Amino acid sequence: MDDASTLERPVLIDVKDVSYAYPPESSDPRPVLSHVNMTVREGEYVAILGHNGSGKSTLAKLINLVIDDYTYAEGQILVNGRDVMSDDITEEEILDLRRSVGMVFQNPDNQLVATIVEEDVAFGPENLGIPQKELRQRVDDALETVGMTEYAQHEPHRLSGGQKQRVAIAGIIAMKPRCMIFDESTAMLDPMGRKEVVATMEKLNREEGITVLSITHYMDEAARADRVVVLSDGKIILDGTPDYVFDHAETMRAAGLDLPQCTAAAKYLKTRGVKLEGSLTSVESCAEAILKAWRERQRKEGACD
Amino acid sequence: MKSISLGQYYPADSVIHRMDPRVKVICAVAYIVASFLCKNFFSFMLLLVSAIILVLISRIPLRIVLGSMKALIFIMAFTAVINIFWITDPGAEPLFSWWIIKVYTKGLYHALFILVRIVAMIIGTSIFLTYTTSPIALTDAIERLLYPLSLLHVPVHTFAMMMTIALRFIPTIVDETDKIMSAQKARGADFTTGSLSDRVKALIPVIVPLFASAFRRADELATAMECRCYHGGEGRTRLRVLKLHARDFVVLAVMAAFIAGVVLINICGARNGWLYTMTIA
Repeated sequence: MDDASTLERPVLIDVKDVSYAYPPESSDPRPVLSHVNMTVREGEYVAILGHNGSGKSTLAKLINLVIDDYTYAEGQILVNGRDVMSDDITEEEILDLRRSVGMVFQNPDNQLVATIVEEDVAFGPENLGIPQKELRQRVDDALETVGMTEYAQHEPHRLSGGQKQRVAIAGIIAMKPRCMIFDESTAMLDPMGRKEVVATMEKLNREEGITVLSITHYMDEAARADRVVVLSDGKIILDGTPDYVFDHAETMRAAGLDLPQCTAAAKYLKTRGVKLEGSLTSVESCAEAILKAWRERQRKEGACD
Repeated sequence: MKSISLGQYYPADSVIHRMDPRVKVICAVAYIVASFLCKNFFSFMLLLVSAIILVLISRIPLRIVLGSMKALIFIMAFTAVINIFWITDPGAEPLFSWWIIKVYTKGLYHALFILVRIVAMIIGTSIFLTYTTSPIALTDAIERLLYPLSLLHVPVHTFAMMMTIALRFIPTIVDETDKIMSAQKARGADFTTGSLSDRVKALIPVIVPLFASAFRRADELATAMECRCYHGGEGRTRLRVLKLHARDFVVLAVMAAFIAGVVLINICGARNGWLYTMTIA
């Protein structure tokens, strides 16, 4: 996806000068977010990177209005043009916001409500009062999208972590959201489960056109996004394509973040004089660049002989 | 992962398993009422026969049904013994008499009646409810049957939701208890030896983290539910809609006929002065 086409799309979420702090009497009254500005456009896949305590989860929770105490929140968050932090927001508007911006959390166990997979998927649309016939269709479609159709009648506690998280995702998709926020949804999963969930996230973005906001501290996951936003101590320090962000290795390191392993390896090769070109953010692109450099060298050697 | 069976649901394919859970709840209540309506020997025999028929058509193995009575055997024996020695029949000769203890025929019958009544109540509730209805279907049925109460501002939906969440989280929390116990054992905790108070004390390091985690779970679940637009039972639709089938009406009719039969036998008994009519429940 090139920048021009992305920039023409309408803005879905507009975070304007948002600051947030826990109450002064709490144990840690430091500001969690200070003067954060960012926009998410329709159909984008944005990763928010940051180490623990950088405020990335708080930002997500502010967008979805699930923070208990808004006394110490400042600024504006426009979702679809409506300021969700204003005081005059109605119950209906909050429901509509939560329907259009779905959220998947970290612990798969603590977000499944029902004792049968398909009933859990139905929980969101049931709350929205979707008629039974359409409800059935939505549940089947959502399970199909995450590839869990055959588990429709299973009990959630017998599924693996990745499967549970896919059920949780299906539960959000069934509400037909425009945007999905993944709040470290892969952090508690094993490598297999992570793969499943990341693949599902990408599928939702590429095939269903759902805007994805993925909060993570895994570099390789962030590298797959269209855009990466790096948060450190409640401030945005980098915002751009993965290539742009991972070019600023020093800034990243200062924020307590490492480069993806493949990017770090490619950069090391570069310092040793290997000429690598193109994007160096994914394992495939790095391998491709190295292959190209190696062939180049072989051809040169062949020419010398 | 360990398999944890909730309640005592016994999956099988029988008419009773396929009945609408609402009808099953109504039948279970009606059956208990019927067991209290029984007044004489013949109505109690009808009750006993009906209980046996229920076990047969539910296709639950007899061993399992008897197993559920084991826990109550003491209460059954106790009430039977009390009845044998307590009931007096001034007009009749005691069957057996020693010191102040006198046993009358009437007492023996009363003991028998009480036993049949308890057995019928256990069988009625376990066959109609616990063995043939999954806990979630039961919750559903109770929510819908109690729906009229919500018009009186009884939070029926909230209670049903609490039940559902409890059922959903029991296996998760059992798993977690296992993990915490293993972790404490690895640090030298001993749950199996020592005096009772020692063993109770050894459980404290299990219970404290378990509760801490349960509260955290509750908090996260509440947030997740809010994010999924949960706002109470108002305006909620349901994926699974309960439907009454022909068999449900047949079962209700049979149940009505059964109660009518019991009442009829009682009336006949009172008129013809059949023996051993029960005077106290």
